[in-house]
Amino acid sequence: MAALLIIIGIVLVFGFAVVGVYNSLVKEKNRVKNAWSQIDVQLKRRYDLIPNLVEVVRDYMSYEQETLTKVIEARNFAMGAKGVKQQAEAENMLSGTLKSLFAVMENYPQLKANENVMKLQEELTSTENKISYSRQFYNDSVMQFNTMVETFPNNIIAGIFNFKQFDFFAIPETEKQNVKVDLR
Amino acid sequence: MAAKVCPRCGFYNSTFRKTCSLCSTPLDGEFSKEVAFKTSFYKVQSENNANSFFLVLFLFAFLIGLGFLFGRIFEIGYFGPIAALAISVVTTLIAYGGGKAIVMSISGAKRVTEREEPEFVHIVQEMSIASGVPMPETYIIETDAMNAFATGRDPKDGAVAITRGLLNKLTRDEISGVMAHEMAHIKHLDIRFSMLVGVLVGTIVMISDWMMRYMFYGRRSSRDRKNGGGAVLLIVAIALAIISPILAKLIQMAVSRKRELMADARAAEFTRNPEGLASALEKIGASSIKLDTATRATAHMFISNPFKDFSKKSSALFSTHPPIESRIRLLRSM
Repeated sequence: MAALLIIIGIVLVFGFAVVGVYNSLVKEKNRVKNAWSQIDVQLKRRYDLIPNLVEVVRDYMSYEQETLTKVIEARNFAMGAKGVKQQAEAENMLSGTLKSLFAVMENYPQLKANENVMKLQEELTSTENKISYSRQFYNDSVMQFNTMVETFPNNIIAGIFNFKQFDFFAIPETEKQNVKVDLR
Repeated sequence: MAAKVCPRCGFYNSTFRKTCSLCSTPLDGEFSKEVAFKTSFYKVQSENNANSFFLVLFLFAFLIGLGFLFGRIFEIGYFGPIAALAISVVTTLIAYGGGKAIVMSISGAKRVTEREEPEFVHIVQEMSIASGVPMPETYIIETDAMNAFATGRDPKDGAVAITRGLLNKLTRDEISGVMAHEMAHIKHLDIRFSMLVGVLVGTIVMISDWMMRYMFYGRRSSRDRKNGGGAVLLIVAIALAIISPILAKLIQMAVSRKRELMADARAAEFTRNPEGLASALEKIGASSIKLDTATRATAHMFISNPFKDFSKKSSALFSTHPPIESRIRLLRSM
């Protein structure tokens, strides 16, 4: 009788431990998924903002049609990109064209006087920051989750219930390369 | 991350220094101290929860004790402690439920939206994303003084405030650093403890003030002057003498150097840019404008001492904040 009670006790303790680990794994996994969807929210915001900005600055920057067209093209390309790798490259290209647009805008003092332009530029700058912060937060969450899945005894429970490690959001190769400056 | 803490002024020196770089006191190894930079925030949170609990417990014990004393002196029996219990329950509830609103209105902070202050609100949004803390309410204090603080009951109830002076004089990166520091206080639950300290300590001070006034003016004209008005006064004076250092200690606990340094480290983790906060602190330290709306009960919440009344060398001994130079040095060494 006593032996039976002890066995039941041990089983119960193990059961609670498994349930505890399982629940925290689920919680962490949802956090990672939520972090990923946050990135998409910010990307979507950027797609919405770009045409507005281009529309407003177009009148002032008639000599810069090429830059503006490049921005719009990059934006459309990024929106239609398929697969993680292509998406990352497209987003990267879009960031590049936006940077050059902001640089060119510096040459037009009258743009600084336009409240609408300033507002849109501030919005876009902030959205760019939010994109990189949300990627950073995603990677932090992934690291926490992966560590949890890998460590003992969580790894046994993760194995039984088929919890897989997430991939980090990698910086595209093009971004890692040094910028070549041509000074002639 | 280790630092040698100066025994005289409390400055955090790098470990290879033989003398303190602020006051030239010789340093020996004994004061070496591990700065808890990578402590898990769960641990910090539970520490803060325990502190909040003991603070409330202490307040109850103190007020009820005072109630007994008064019941005795004025021969009103158990009405004293019962009234004290009621007062402490009500204050705790008000502090917990409405502390944020009280702190904000004492500080003269005005709530702002994205439409009015796009840059500031955007920066707070960015830091909310970077830290994973829900978006706090945003407030501005219209003054030239340079300071900022965070308050609230928990991360869902969080609020950050910044002075106009700070907003005008800092670059975007620097404001991001300051806001990341405030987000760290929210994430660590430092805000709950410091809010309770602010409101509850403020209440105790207010009640003691009332009692003092009652002693001086109220009783003088009424019936029994012979019934030892002087003795009562003496008892109250003694009680206040005992309580004052404890209150001061509590406020210091709320802003222990460790707390600020950990928030600095967490801020660097959020922005991945320690230099932003470091140069913001440099500018804040260089400004000598006092923040008029700060009170003794709220001073500990700010990112740097709002009174600016401590000289460099004595600051570490008396101040509620770690010396700003130490913080800059540690941030730059990351």
